[in-house]
Amino acid sequence: MIISGLAFYLFSIIAVVAAVMVISARNPVHSVLYLIVVFFNSAALFVLMGAEFLALILVIVYVGAVAVLFLFVVMMLDIDFTELREGFLRYLPIGLVIGLILLVELFVVIGAWAFASDAANQIAAPAPPADQVDNTLALGRLLYTDYAYLFQAAGMILLVAMIGAIVLTLRHRPDTKRQRVAEQVARRPDEVLDVRKVNPGEGI
Amino acid sequence: MTPVPDLFPALPEIFLALAAMALLMVGVFQRHDATRMVATLSVLALAVTGGLVLFVEGDATVVTFNGLFVVDGFATFMKLLVLLGSALAIIMSLDFIEREHMARFEYPVLIVLATLGMLMMVSANDLIALYMGLELQSLALYVMAAFRRDTLRSSEAGLKYFVLGALSSGMLLYGASMVYGFTGATGFADLAAQLTAADGASIGLVVGIVFVAAGVAFKISAVPFHMWTPDVYEGAPTPVTAFFAVAPKIAAIAMFVRLLVGPFGELVAQWQQIIIVASILSMALGAFAAIAQNNIKRLMAYSSIGHIGYALVGLAAGTDAGVRGVMVYMAIYLAMNVGTFACILCMRVNGRMVEGIEDLSGLSRTNPMMAVALAIFMFSMAGIPPLAGFFGKLYVFMAAVDAGLYTLAVIGVVTSVVSAFYYLRIVKLMYFDDALEPFDRPIGRGMGVILVGTGLFTLFFFVAPASLVGAASRAAATLFAG
Repeated sequence: MIISGLAFYLFSIIAVVAAVMVISARNPVHSVLYLIVVFFNSAALFVLMGAEFLALILVIVYVGAVAVLFLFVVMMLDIDFTELREGFLRYLPIGLVIGLILLVELFVVIGAWAFASDAANQIAAPAPPADQVDNTLALGRLLYTDYAYLFQAAGMILLVAMIGAIVLTLRHRPDTKRQRVAEQVARRPDEVLDVRKVNPGEGI
Repeated sequence: MTPVPDLFPALPEIFLALAAMALLMVGVFQRHDATRMVATLSVLALAVTGGLVLFVEGDATVVTFNGLFVVDGFATFMKLLVLLGSALAIIMSLDFIEREHMARFEYPVLIVLATLGMLMMVSANDLIALYMGLELQSLALYVMAAFRRDTLRSSEAGLKYFVLGALSSGMLLYGASMVYGFTGATGFADLAAQLTAADGASIGLVVGIVFVAAGVAFKISAVPFHMWTPDVYEGAPTPVTAFFAVAPKIAAIAMFVRLLVGPFGELVAQWQQIIIVASILSMALGAFAAIAQNNIKRLMAYSSIGHIGYALVGLAAGTDAGVRGVMVYMAIYLAMNVGTFACILCMRVNGRMVEGIEDLSGLSRTNPMMAVALAIFMFSMAGIPPLAGFFGKLYVFMAAVDAGLYTLAVIGVVTSVVSAFYYLRIVKLMYFDDALEPFDRPIGRGMGVILVGTGLFTLFFFVAPASLVGAASRAAATLFAG
C-alpha cells in the first residue's frame, strides 16, 4: 500500500513538473523531450491503476509516434518560438482572469450536480471484474463485438482523412524524374548495347 | 461466441461503403479521364442505395448493431432525400469541374463518402454512432470546400469550415459527455427510458443538452452559430456550395429531430426554448442580412439560414405534425435549392463564371426559359401561393399554431414577408432591367433536365400535395410510435 502510494506521488510530481517545463522551456526541442517525460509518467500512473493496455498504448502511440512527429516538425519548421512567446507575459493577467472565471463556473455547475438515481446501474459498458479478464481482452471484446459498427465507422473516417490529405496536397509534376523499375528490368542488352570490333589505331 | 449482428437493416450503408472503395479503385487504375466514369458510377451507386433503402424498410422499427443503428419510416424518408440531393449534386457538378480544371476522380468519391456519413447520421440510435456519422460527413465536406486548392478563396473556405466545424464537434462531444456522465447511457432507447424516469432535468443534464444542441446548430447553420455559412458558401466552388446547401442540411436536421424527440422527448420544456430562440433568430437574420448581399452565393447562404429557421419552427412544436412539417419543408427545400443552384451554375459569360446579382439583369430577354425557372424558384422561396414553398411554410406554421406557439408563427410570417423583398428583387432584375451580356449556351442536358424537373415539381406541387405529405405523416408517426 505504502509503496504504491509513494510510486503514485513520485510519478505524479514528475509528470506535473515536466508538464510545467513543457510550456516554460526556452528551446522547443527541450519542450518535446519534456513532453515525452510526461507521457512516460502518465503511462506509469495508468499501470498503477491497473490499466496496462492504456499504459502501453500511451508509450507506443504517443511516445513512439506522436512525440517523434512533434520533434520532426519542431526541427524542420523554421519557427521563431521566442517571437511567438513574446506576448506571453503581457496576456498573462487576462488569461488568469478568464481561467478563474471558468473555474468558478465549473464549481457552480458541479455544486448543483445531482446524479439521476439509478445512473450507476445504467452504465453502457461496465468494466468487468479485473480478476477475471485482463483489460486488453475486455476492451477487445467491447470494440469488436458490441461496438463493431463504430469500429468500422472509424475505419471509414480514417479512409476519408487519407483521401483528403492526398487530394489537397499531392501534385503530379511532369518534370520530376522517377525511377521506373519495370522499364529498367525490361531493358535488353541488344537494345542498348552496340558491340563493335575496334581495330587498333583506327577508332570507330 | 458472440452472434453476428443483423446486417440486413444496414444493407444500404454497407453497399455504399463498399461502392465508395470500389470507385476509388476504379479511379486509381483508370489512368486518364476517370472523373466522368467515376461520377456516372457514383450516381448509379447512389441510385442502387436508394433502392436498397426502400428494400430494407419493414413495417416496424428495426434496431441492430447492439442498439447503435435504427431503421424506421423516418430514416427511410430522410435517407431518400439525402441520396437524391447527393446524386443531383454530382450530376450538376460534372460540367463545371471539367471546365474549371478541378476534375479529379476523388470529387464524386468524396460526395459518396459524405453521403454515407449522412445516412449513418440519419440512422444513428446512439450518441457515439451519431458523432461517428457526423464526423465522416464533415471531414469529407471540409476537403470538398478546399477542393480548388490553388485558389485562395477555396482554401480559405476549407480552413474556416474545418476550424469552426472542429469547434462545433468539440461542443457536441462535450455535451454528449455531460449527458453520458449524468445518465450513464449513450443509447437513445436507454436515454429515453432514463429521462422519463427521472423527475425533471437537473442542471448538469440541461447543460449537456444545450451543448449538444449548439453543436448540431453549427452543422445546420442556425443563428447564432451561422457565422461560417456565408464565407464558406461564397468561397467554396459553386457545385460544392450546391451540395452543401442541400444534402448535409437535410441529414443534420433529421439527426436533430431524432435526437430531440427521441431520447430527450420528455424534456420538451428544456429544449423547446432553445429551438424557438434559434428559429426566430435564424428567420430574422436570413430575412434582413440577405437584403444587402450582391453575391448570389452569399445571398443563397443567408436564404438557407432563413429556411433552416422555418424548418426549426416545426421542430419547436415538438409534435407529430411538427415533424411532418419539417420533413415536407426539407423535401420542398431540396427541390427549390437544387433548381436555384442549377441556375447559378449556368451563370457563365464568355466561359467565365459570374456570381453577382446584377449579372442576372434582363435575363428574361436573353434566356427566357431560365428566367421563368429562376422566377418560379424565387417566388416559391418567398412562399407565394400556390407554389411549393408556400406549402412547406404552411405545414410548419400550422404545427406551431396547433402547439400554441402563436408568437413564433407570427414572427415567421413577418420575416417571410421581409425576405420576399430580396427574392422578388431578383425577379425584378430579370424582367424589368436592361439586358446585359447573355449567358453562355448550351447549358448541358443534365442541367436542363434538373431545371425542368425541379421547376415542374415546384410549380405543380399544389396539384397533388397529398402523396408527399402522406408519406411524411406516415414516416413522422414511426418516430413517435416507440
